[in-house]
Parts: sequence; C-alpha cells; structure tokens
Amino acid sequence: MSEVRNPTAASALSEPRWVRLSLILIGLAYLSLVVLLPLAAIFTEALRKGVGALHEVFADEATYSAIMLTLTVAAITVPLNLVFGVAAAWAIAKFEFPGKSLLITFIDLPFSVSPVVSGLIFVLLFGAQGLFGPWLAANDIKIIFALPGIVLATTFVTLPFIARELIPLMQEQGTAEEEAAMTLGASGLRAFLTVTLPNIRWALLYGVLLCNARAMGEFGAVAVVSGHIRGQTNTMPLHVEILYNEYNFVGAFAVAALLALLALVTLGAKSLLEWRYGDALAGKSRH
Amino acid sequence: MTALALPTREWLRPKPSALPGFGLTLGFALSYLALIVLIPLAVLVWRASGLGLSGLWTVATTPRVRAALETSFYLSFAAALVNAFFGLVIAWILTRYRFPGRTVLDAMVDLPFALPTAVAGIALAAIYASNGWVGSIVEAVTGLKIAFTPRGIFVALVFIGLPFVVRTVQPVLMDLDREVEEASATLGASRLQTVLRVILPALVPAVLTGFALAFARAVGEYGSVIFIAGNMPFISEIAPLLIIVQLEEFNYTGATAIATVMLSISFLSLLAINLIQSWSRRRFGDV
Amino acid sequence: MTGIAVRGVAKDFAGTRALDGIDLDIRPGELLALLGPSGSGKTTLLRSIAGLEPLTAGTIHFGGEDATGLRVQDRKAGFVFQHYALFRHMTVAENIAYGLTVRPRAERPARHEILRRVEDLLDLVQLPGIGKRFPGQLSGGQRQRVALARALAVEPRVLLLDEPFGALDAQVRKDLRRWLRDIHQRTGHTTVFVTHDQEEAVELADRVAILNRGRVEQVGSPDEVLDHPANAFVAGFVGQAVRLDVTVAEGRVRADAIELGAAPAGIPDGAASLFLRTGDIAVVRSGGTTSGVVTAITRSAASRRLEIRLSDDLPAVEAEVSLDQQVARGERVALTIRADRLFPATR
Repeated sequence: MSEVRNPTAASALSEPRWVRLSLILIGLAYLSLVVLLPLAAIFTEALRKGVGALHEVFADEATYSAIMLTLTVAAITVPLNLVFGVAAAWAIAKFEFPGKSLLITFIDLPFSVSPVVSGLIFVLLFGAQGLFGPWLAANDIKIIFALPGIVLATTFVTLPFIARELIPLMQEQGTAEEEAAMTLGASGLRAFLTVTLPNIRWALLYGVLLCNARAMGEFGAVAVVSGHIRGQTNTMPLHVEILYNEYNFVGAFAVAALLALLALVTLGAKSLLEWRYGDALAGKSRH
Repeated sequence: MTALALPTREWLRPKPSALPGFGLTLGFALSYLALIVLIPLAVLVWRASGLGLSGLWTVATTPRVRAALETSFYLSFAAALVNAFFGLVIAWILTRYRFPGRTVLDAMVDLPFALPTAVAGIALAAIYASNGWVGSIVEAVTGLKIAFTPRGIFVALVFIGLPFVVRTVQPVLMDLDREVEEASATLGASRLQTVLRVILPALVPAVLTGFALAFARAVGEYGSVIFIAGNMPFISEIAPLLIIVQLEEFNYTGATAIATVMLSISFLSLLAINLIQSWSRRRFGDV
Repeated sequence: MTGIAVRGVAKDFAGTRALDGIDLDIRPGELLALLGPSGSGKTTLLRSIAGLEPLTAGTIHFGGEDATGLRVQDRKAGFVFQHYALFRHMTVAENIAYGLTVRPRAERPARHEILRRVEDLLDLVQLPGIGKRFPGQLSGGQRQRVALARALAVEPRVLLLDEPFGALDAQVRKDLRRWLRDIHQRTGHTTVFVTHDQEEAVELADRVAILNRGRVEQVGSPDEVLDHPANAFVAGFVGQAVRLDVTVAEGRVRADAIELGAAPAGIPDGAASLFLRTGDIAVVRSGGTTSGVVTAITRSAASRRLEIRLSDDLPAVEAEVSLDQQVARGERVALTIRADRLFPATR
C-alpha cells in the first residue's frame, strides 16, 4: 500500500484505510472464486490419481493424434492470419481510401459472432445439405468433418487477432519513417523489412501469441464442423469433451491441464511483453 | 517515454502515396476477408431470408427454441450485470492500489480470454458440482444445487464475462486526470462525494461498453456452459446448444433460424456499444 | 551543384487543389525558403520535389535532368522530415549509415568507409561520439542534427527540409538556424526549406518563395519581399504589418475619413489596402499628417513600442519610439505615416 506521509492529504485523494482494505478483499475474493479456483481445480483433478495416470493418458494414440491435429491447425491458421493481418494493417494504416472504417468493422466481425454460428456458416456452405455439398460429394472432396473445415472455422474465429494489434500501432507510427527510408534509396520492400517490421515486431508477436492460443483452444466452432471422429478430426479441446463424456475425468483434466498451461504461458508472455515493450504496443494501457 | 513526436499532417495523407503495395495488400486483405468472413456470413443471411420473416418467427417461437433463447438472454444479462459491478471494483483496485500480487492478478483477469472454453467448462463443473469444492459448501449451507441447473449456466457466463468490464474501465481510470479529483477536494467535497459525483460518472460509458461486450459474448457462449448446464430442454438449455442439436438432426432450417436470431442480438449489442461510445465522445471528448 | 526547375506543377488531393500551377527556379547552391501559411501547399511542394507525391501535372528538373518520372529512391534528394522520422530501433550511427547500407552491393562503400563517413558526419553536425545512442535518448535539437546527417550521408543532389525548426523551443531554434547556415556554406548544397515563420525565412534564406493557396505569390531576396511586396497577400504575410482598409482619392489616402498621407504614384482611385509596419509610423513632436491616442506601451530591450488608435473604428497600429522619448498612455500624439505598401483592393 502506498505510504503517504501527510494523513490529511491522503484522505483528500484516497479512501480511508478500511475502505481500501475491504475493496481489495472483495476484489481478491471474487477473482479467486471466479478465476483462480477453476484453474487450481484443473491441475488438482488431473493429478488426482498421481503422475502415473497422466502417463497413460498421453501414451494413448487418440490423445497423441488430437495434439498433432491441434498443432497442424494452428500451424496453418496462424501464418494465414499473420499474412492477412500485416497486409490489412499496411493498407489501412499507410493509405487513405473510402470505406476504411467499414473495413475495420468487418475485420472485427468474427469477435461478435457466436462460435457455434461460426461453425454453422461453414456447414451451410460445405455440409451435406450445404450450398456446395452435392458438388463436393460428387467430386469426393471432404471439407466438413475433415481438416479443411476445422481450419476454415478456426481461421474465421481467429482472423481479427493479429490485424487489430497492428492497425492502431501502424496508424500511430504514420508513414514518415518509410518515406525517409525511401528518400535514402531503399526500395519499398526494403523499407518495409528494415523499418516497418522492426517497428511492429513486438505487436506482431503479441498478436501471434493471442491468435495461436485461440486457434489451439477453439471449441464451439470446431465442435460444429469436426464430427468428433476419434483419432482423425479430434482437436485437443474436443478430446477433452470426449474423455469427459466417457467419465475418464483424469484423462479429460490431463489434456485440459496441457491447454491450461498453454494459456498460462500465453498470459505470462503477454504480460512480459506489455511490461517490457509497453511503448511498442500502441494503444495498450501505459503511454 | 514520449519517444518521437507523432507526425501531424498538414494535408490528409496522399491518396496515391509514394509508399508501394497499396493495391496488393488491400486486394489480398479484401479477398481473404471476403472468402473467410463475408461470404460465409452472407450465406447464412441468404438462407435465413429464404425462410422469410414469418418462417424465422415460427422457428424462433417454438416453445423449446423460445425457452433456450430466453435462458441465454436472461442469464447473460444477469451475468454481465454482476461483472459490471465486480469488474468495476477489480479495475479500481488494480489501478488505484498497490498490494502484493497485484501484477499477477492483473494478468489473471485475462485468463477467461486465454483459457479454452472447454477447459473452463469442465473445471467449473468440477468445482460447482454437489461434491465439488464450492458446490458442496453452497449445498450444505443453502440446499441449492449449482451445477446442472440454470445457476450453473450463470456461473459459467460470469466466468467468461469477467475480463470485459475490467479491461474497458482500466484504461479510462488510468487516464483520469488526478487534478480533477484534487479540484473536487479543494471545492470541499468529501472523498465519497468525489468518487460518486466526479469519478464514477466519467466511468459510466466504459462500464456500459464492458457490460454490452460481456453480454454479447455470453449470449453466444457454448464451450464453458455445456459441461455445467445439464442441458435439460426448457430448463437449462442454451440457444447455441440448440443449434448443434438441430444440426445433428440435419435440420439446417432450424439451425439457421436460431443462428439468425443470435446474430441479430450480437449486432444489436455491437450497435449499442457504438452508440454508447459516440455518445460519450460527444459528451466527454475522446475517451 | 544542382539547381531545381519546377514547371507548371499541380497536385490534387481528393478534389482539392493543393498545388495550382507552380513555377519556381531554385538556383544551384542557394538556400531557398518556402514560406506560407498552413495549407498553402509549401510542404506538398517540397514533398513533390523529393518524389514523395506523384504530380497531377507539371515537371520537375534537377540540373537539366527531367526528374518527374524518377522514383523517390532514385532522385537523390536528401529529405529532413518535420518530426525527423529517425528509425527508432536503430542507433544514431545505423540511422546515418542506412542510406549507404541499402545500396546494391556493387555501389555500397566498404564497411570501414561507411564507419568513417558516419564519424565525419557526426563531426560535421557537432555530435561526435553519440553514434551508439538511440534516437529516443536524444534531445529534439540533437535529433534534428542526426536527421540532417542521415540525409547528407547519401551525398544528395539537393537538400530538402520540412519545417526544420518547427518542433524545437525558441533558444534551440536560434542556435540551429545559425548552425544550418554554417553547414550550408560549408557543404554548398542546393537547399530548400519549408517554414511558416517569416522571421526564420528572411534571416536564413538567400531567397524566399511565398506560397498561398497552392500558388507562388512572389520569389525574391529577403530585401525584395520585405521592401517591395508584389501584392497585398505578401505585404500582409511578411513584415508584421497592420492592414487598414482605405480609400484613395486625388493622390491622398484616407481611412475612415482620417487623412493618412500621400499615395504612391500609380495607385488608381478607389478602395485599397494599406499595410503599416512599425517603421512606417513616426511619432513627431508637432505637425504630422494625422494623430492618434496611445492605448498601450510595451517595453523591449532597446525601444518602446506604442499601440496607437487613429480612430475608434480602425484597428490599432504600432509605432516604435526611442527610450528617451517620453509618452504616456492615453496621450494624443502627432504622427507621420508613410503609405508605401498600398494595394488596390481586389474584388
């Protein structure tokens, strides 16, 4: 608690000690109940039958393939959205054109769509009774209940993450540095690589982290398009569901704990970035 | 650190700029956005328009659908309300007070964003079940069950809605000019009066925005709810789950109708947020 | 040394005409100021010369070579940005070396040669030994010097500076002006700088080009534009003049029925604008062409400045008197007025 020497000055700009203490206690209690307790529960439940039981879970073929599928989906989705994010931010931040704010709204759209609806729209397009369903079936192409569908749904859900980290930052940075590089003889690509990219690297990393965490953890949208085919179209979050519904609680919580660790690492890296490079992440809290 | 001054432009940035890549990046961004987001969403709207308004109404007012929509709507509202209050308290203590563990708690606020929803779902179900850490206590004291009742849905929606109000209020609270509070004190206001009449009114737009975001998120939430909800039709069934139920019965029409209603709710929330923000900009200047 | 010839240059931004047929010859080795109010197009003109703005019409020649179609990279115009645009993630030395290191391998100087060049430039801009620092660790004046060193490193054909002192405080501004003048004399680059400060323009430049609404109103030496403004806009913009709406009849100038003095030859009868500077108004002991009431007196180091009202309806004019001349507020004083800068009203 902040030391304030002059008690009267303190009371003018700060609350009485008992108010401060009770507010802190209320906040702590609420956060513990809502956030920390569930987090603790995941690890407790996972370790309920000891470390040996964990070994069994991760030795299971189905668990292994779920992990691989999740990694594959993230490995496709994140780079795609990375390229999109950089391209969209470049066009939006460095140029003026009509309809720009509408474009930004569209980029944010997936944030306001329910995950289940996000999956549903691809079923309506590519599902058996979907728009292209008959054609796909005739040509023996599988999108729904297969990897392409999972990738599409995940790409939809995670599309805004990188773009929305970059757009405000690049808007704030303006065009002067790139122009300076070009008056000094650098080509446009060279200016982008040597000037723009270093300026946005931390925001880029930040966006990639968030995008990756969501891509690996997405449940609702993927649940709709995956078909839950064990060993084939089961991502880690879906595998958690299956194990849980089979009353294999240790298994479910073990896989959940792995995902929770990913979330914690993401949060840690995010806090580290904010603390260390707060200035390089425009629009983020401190200035 | 103020770093380099921001460029102020005598003219709007050039329409044809010396920087390259506008056509390429905008073209790519627009095509990608159209393929992943706009066309799939348009297909949903197109399908729904095929039903006609009366068709939509018929589906949306079948008793089971209506019950699910009402459940989602009311519980989301209640959860967002609770988070509006506690989110304000947490934002307040995180920005105004210094206490051990503050930075860790600050990071933990984002956990509901980062934790895969399925993981959160099984963790909450474990804690709030009759034999869980919290569920057993509550049941012993009040005789009320939480998990597998609508109260469980409420708990899950509180969990996923927690970060919104905290994260919208925090920056506003941080930017709030301390001089305004000092001015209030020099004019004879007690600390409580200053808080109630000077600080809280300035936070209202941020709280409302956070509330609307949390509400919109909760209406569409699926993963964290289904494990704790019990999913009893007419009692503890949420709208997103009903979409999945319809899809499993290959009832695309029903799924489309429910999805359209949910999409409308989230767009109305989005609209509300925009209105709140433009209202507060007009009233308080840029916040 | 390279001169710059700007011919018929026009530039449209989304329907508004920022440059409206600019013709301007910048002589080899001269230091030219582009002076104008904000929105006059001076920065746009500078950016057009650098190749940062594609032209709507017109041509730009660098020393006889048509540079209109040249890309910004190929123009070799050293540009110093208003807010310096230093690369914040590079050290000062890396910033200065940038233009050399981005050259194709065949044209790139050797590493030690680049390092030597950076050292020389840091000496030139009087910042030896700061090569390892980052832009964020420098003061505004230091950043300005680094930005200039960076522009000079590529041995540009011309040097272009956008509001070079705009973001600096008064004392640093004064020092840097003198310093820029020195550098210009030593390196001899054809130099164009943009400013909205007429004092800065006349103090520093060999010639001043005055821009207004995308047109060049006048180009000339500081003496020419100050003493012989080409039109009412120039007269009003340079030399801190007070403008009076007057009428000319039978060779006499009148404002609001007050006779001010004789009109210069060649001014037709009718409405006109008269621009009065402090030097145009003399407070005399007796006689004079008219009189006014002293409404305020302010002191400067070497003189006293009087604010004088000729009548209640006219804007106050200013006169300067020596320190030994005793005047009191509210006193009515006799004046002689030189009505030189008189322009027929354009309507």
